[in-house]
Amino acid sequence: MGIELKINVHHVTRVEGHGNITVEVSGGQIRQIRWEVPEAPRFFEAMVRGQHFTDIQTIVSRICGICSITHSLAATKAVEKAMGIEVSPQTDTLRILMHYSEQLQSHILHIGYLAAPDFFGVPSVVPLASSALEAVKTIVRLHRLANEWSDLLAGRTTHPVTLVPGGLTRIPTEQQLRDLKQRLEGATKDLLTVVDVVGSVADRIPRFERPTEYVSLRQLDPPTYTFYHGQIGSTDCQGLVPIEQWHSVANEYVSDQSTAKWCRWHRDSYAVGALARFNNNAQLLSPLAKDVAARLGLAKGCCNPYMNTIAQLVECAHVVETSIQMIDGLLQKGLRQERPRSRAVRPGLGVGCVEAPRGILFHQYEFDKKGRCVAADICIPTGQNHANIQKDMEALLPQIMHEGQDAVRQKLLMLVRAYDPCISCSTHAIEVRFL
Amino acid sequence: MGKPRVAIFDFACCEGCQLQIVNLEEELLDLVGVVEVVQWREAMSEYDDRYDIAIVEGSITRPQDEQRVKQIRQIAKVLVALGACATTGGVNKLKNNFDLQEVKACVYGPDASKPHLDTGLTKAVGEVVPVDFCIHGCPIDRDEFKYVISSLLLGNTPQIPPYPVCVECKSKGNPCVWEYGQVCLGPITRAGCGARCPSNGFRCFGCRGYADNPNVDAAIDVVKRFGLAVDDLRLKMSLFNSQQGPTLKTS
Repeated sequence: MGIELKINVHHVTRVEGHGNITVEVSGGQIRQIRWEVPEAPRFFEAMVRGQHFTDIQTIVSRICGICSITHSLAATKAVEKAMGIEVSPQTDTLRILMHYSEQLQSHILHIGYLAAPDFFGVPSVVPLASSALEAVKTIVRLHRLANEWSDLLAGRTTHPVTLVPGGLTRIPTEQQLRDLKQRLEGATKDLLTVVDVVGSVADRIPRFERPTEYVSLRQLDPPTYTFYHGQIGSTDCQGLVPIEQWHSVANEYVSDQSTAKWCRWHRDSYAVGALARFNNNAQLLSPLAKDVAARLGLAKGCCNPYMNTIAQLVECAHVVETSIQMIDGLLQKGLRQERPRSRAVRPGLGVGCVEAPRGILFHQYEFDKKGRCVAADICIPTGQNHANIQKDMEALLPQIMHEGQDAVRQKLLMLVRAYDPCISCSTHAIEVRFL
Repeated sequence: MGKPRVAIFDFACCEGCQLQIVNLEEELLDLVGVVEVVQWREAMSEYDDRYDIAIVEGSITRPQDEQRVKQIRQIAKVLVALGACATTGGVNKLKNNFDLQEVKACVYGPDASKPHLDTGLTKAVGEVVPVDFCIHGCPIDRDEFKYVISSLLLGNTPQIPPYPVCVECKSKGNPCVWEYGQVCLGPITRAGCGARCPSNGFRCFGCRGYADNPNVDAAIDVVKRFGLAVDDLRLKMSLFNSQQGPTLKTS
């Protein structure tokens, strides 16, 4: 019984950044199976040294074009912690609203443009524009809404310009918020259309389960399905870890089978992202989001990595519905014009942690007495997922290798895409290995 | 005559400029109607190495990337540099202010000597191969992208403003952010963005590169007039314009 497979995907398409898959099976024996990341390293942690604390978020936003708001928010929170600046409740709410716009933008981009072609068996979204025009138009409408929502709060779609330590340089008007609310209410219909379309092809999602540790932020007070506040939680433990102790969670190590540095906590690897947040916090989702999860067969405890795309769609419903409530709250109190808060510059160290669309993100900076950065440490979600992608592939291949070269290749590509990897974020000690 | 064949490539960058192309939304569908996109790894699995127009995003940081961009240049009739990383080197050039060995050790520690972590000086695309057109900005402005590409398709030369951001900012009637104690690079940075950042109350940080003949002396005068430090101006100029143009020496 000699299964022969030779798969060499040099640069996986329809993901952000560069990644490779190598598989070799001969005589039914797995010779190698490897997920590699050859992205050009960009050295952000070295580059920010010497820069002023007010410029950090502008630089590190450029780590990632898709989650630039998230990186800016994590950096700004870290800087504020280091400088001892507390922002107003209004700033806090507006920032979360800004953050939600990016969750929707990134998730819709992934679901509609990057993952969907696999469900329809086409190489890209381009052929879908003729075969499923209405569905494509719905995705485009939602993506446009998310971008215009970012424009309103962040000053533009990518790389925010309103976010500064201490507050925001510009806030929307109450009328603009009322208009946004109206559009969000209209968007729930579009989201349900997407849910129907995804539901109709859900049988294309591979059935594969591997017991996995899922790590995400958790917020107890008040209990929240959080992307922004809280502490570090895991499906493998009850207690929470303060974000300042993130190094004890993202333990980087060198694997026996690779020179690569991977992350692990309670097991050999862990997963972050929408499915991790769902598995830790699903009971706190909005009613519409719970309904979407139920309709698409996603339940807490799911260990199928392919279902991450479904968890993203559930979160789209959550951020839209929750944002409507947040806008109501802001309008009820009335918006106040506030100048960003400041304090005397001081030396110090600060950690900022938020959930990127792809999972938990840590930024840490240290500043001298002039407010210049002396050290930076950034740990990105995709870096934390790489080891888990490898472990998934190792578990998946024996189950599917009888299906033939093309099917195996396609399922491995879909697996990588399901994690929605953001490889350009490779700022840290990512695992990199060439053959 | 067939439709012009377009390929989109990325090097070291955040891919945020490609995202602005996706963000054209419905208009992208129109654009795809008049050209044939034959290669775009981030968005498509289709692949073809015959193209007329190459749109190149990102900085060149490694020898293998220099080779790749030279191959692209050989095939393409027209090469467009997309976004600050490609047109000026962008934030990636901050790296060039440090010793490269030290930069690697800072990020990768004891693993820094591994060959796959090798990095060279960051270069803009135009420092490696001739570039026909630049679309500036970090990220690019979607309207400017449409303008440049449609000019190209019509056989026209796109006109990019040679004057500084202050011109656009003043014509919008924005309050000057210098008045709020911010060191703004509007006086020396190339316009064309509609003064997006100062319109949002945020200083210009120079992502479009320098205007033609930037008057740095005038910028220094402004710094002094507002009682701010020239060293801060030097630091701000390093963000997107390290190692190029009128970089100020440390005072």
